[in-house]
Amino acid sequence: MSHAAMNEARKGMLVKQVGPLALIQDAGRFGVGHLGVTQGGAADWISFRWANWLLGNSLNSAALEIVMGGGLSFETESEVRLALTGADLDAQLDGKPLAPNSSFKLLPGQRLVFRQPRQGLRAYLAFPGGLNAPEVLGSRACTAREQIGGLHEDGKPLKVGDRLTWKGTAPAVRRIVEGQGPRMPASGCHLPIVLGSQIASFSGHSLFQAFNQPWTVDNRADRMGVRLTGPGLHGSLTGIISEGIPLGAVQIPPDGQPIVLMNDRQTIGGYPRLGALTAIACATLSQCLPGTEVWLTPVSASQAQDDYRDQLKVWS
Amino acid sequence: MKALIGRNAERNTNVRVETAAMDALMVRLFNTIDETNMAWVIAADQTLRKAFGAALIDLVPSYTTLLVHYDCQQVTHTNALQLIHKALSGLTPVDTQAGELHDIPVWYDESVGPELPMVAKRAGISVDELIKQHCNHDYCVFALGFAPGYGFMGLVDEALATPRLKTPRRKVAAGSVGIADRQTAIYPLLSPGGWNILGRTNVPLFEYAKRGDPLFRPGDKVRFRAISRAEFEADGGDTTPMEERP
Repeated sequence: MSHAAMNEARKGMLVKQVGPLALIQDAGRFGVGHLGVTQGGAADWISFRWANWLLGNSLNSAALEIVMGGGLSFETESEVRLALTGADLDAQLDGKPLAPNSSFKLLPGQRLVFRQPRQGLRAYLAFPGGLNAPEVLGSRACTAREQIGGLHEDGKPLKVGDRLTWKGTAPAVRRIVEGQGPRMPASGCHLPIVLGSQIASFSGHSLFQAFNQPWTVDNRADRMGVRLTGPGLHGSLTGIISEGIPLGAVQIPPDGQPIVLMNDRQTIGGYPRLGALTAIACATLSQCLPGTEVWLTPVSASQAQDDYRDQLKVWS
Repeated sequence: MKALIGRNAERNTNVRVETAAMDALMVRLFNTIDETNMAWVIAADQTLRKAFGAALIDLVPSYTTLLVHYDCQQVTHTNALQLIHKALSGLTPVDTQAGELHDIPVWYDESVGPELPMVAKRAGISVDELIKQHCNHDYCVFALGFAPGYGFMGLVDEALATPRLKTPRRKVAAGSVGIADRQTAIYPLLSPGGWNILGRTNVPLFEYAKRGDPLFRPGDKVRFRAISRAEFEADGGDTTPMEERP
């Protein structure tokens, strides 16, 4: 082995302990919905982009999505600058707390631990130049259900002994201006929703209830969908002929309790929908812990697009 | 054939474009599932791909609809509506004979197809007759979804139609061939599922999808062919019995 290759071999970070879930994600897998392949990608795409921005990476570079923390720990083999954004998972470097939404340096042998959520649910850890992982259908996003993506190309989350490597050195070291970075949602937050055509099939009473009282985020929530609990919503449609499902679709199964379909949703499905949360609202919802109260707030498609474009301007 | 196209042409005068999400529109062509829909769905798919070009993020056709997900940094909501209406005015159906016919060898056996006896009993026929009938039809691929490479096919003969299992299995083996109501499908990879499983094939649907080149495409036809255990094994088929029984 050449000297350069040996150096390369030592450049990495080892998984020492795992928590509930840590996945390699990028922006997602696009142009593949017609194959039955899901979108995947970072659920809180705003925090994910901030993490890459902090290192000067291309904003869609592969990073880690860490859910809850729960003792997930890493030990680095080489000096590296990482960026951490999104949820405050009480992260510590050799026992010292790390400030959220900033980059920091790790030295060989140092240990990084994610303990428990104090605010938000998902943290994003970005690596210089992005994580190395095999690309499948144009993306490194990891989907367990589809056995696609991830270090071992089986869609599985990180496990003990996995060794993460990255593409290069951080092109830049940036700081987020006070008040500009990702904001974790609090109870009572609003989720903008673009109303869909099936809205007319719901009863007037159900529609009043849908938008005039808070919904509670259920613990049946994952990257496929998030259940909301509250009064039952009912209408004239029970099932529909399966059709494509956009990100954030708010579908109402026969029990009347909404399910918001997230990044790892099935590509087609057959329940009537109220509409779809905006991309920004999906990012917000992905950070809500069970028990959080949320309001569905109707918005026009045009307004939602303006808000989305404004959000993108932050990084340009 | 002419009469069918005529009927569809009439139905097709009522294309509806609906808001599905901030950056997604639903093109609704039909209200009911019908094999003759596919010539129009495929035509709309081709036309819309061309019309949106690089501004298209995803286009998901299904039985009666197409979901158009576009890049709202390039195209506004209003522009997208106009693009679709313009693209679909004067739409003509594709030649349905253009779809491929796939021959799919299946080992029908109770060990890998636990619902064989139950589906036969419901239909009031023998297991052998059920296998014969399941093989005796060119099924139309209506849509891809549920899992990478999973094709929803139909329509299964009314007599064989069987509702989904009350409690879905947590693990349905890859290659499992099943029936749900009047539809039939193959599970491309190990996944949960509630369809009635009749047998197993060794055709690697998932591998095709993962390469971005699915074996089945909407409008294709699929014909199942019963093979023996020996033939299935010789092809490298996995004979491990289905773990869970409903």
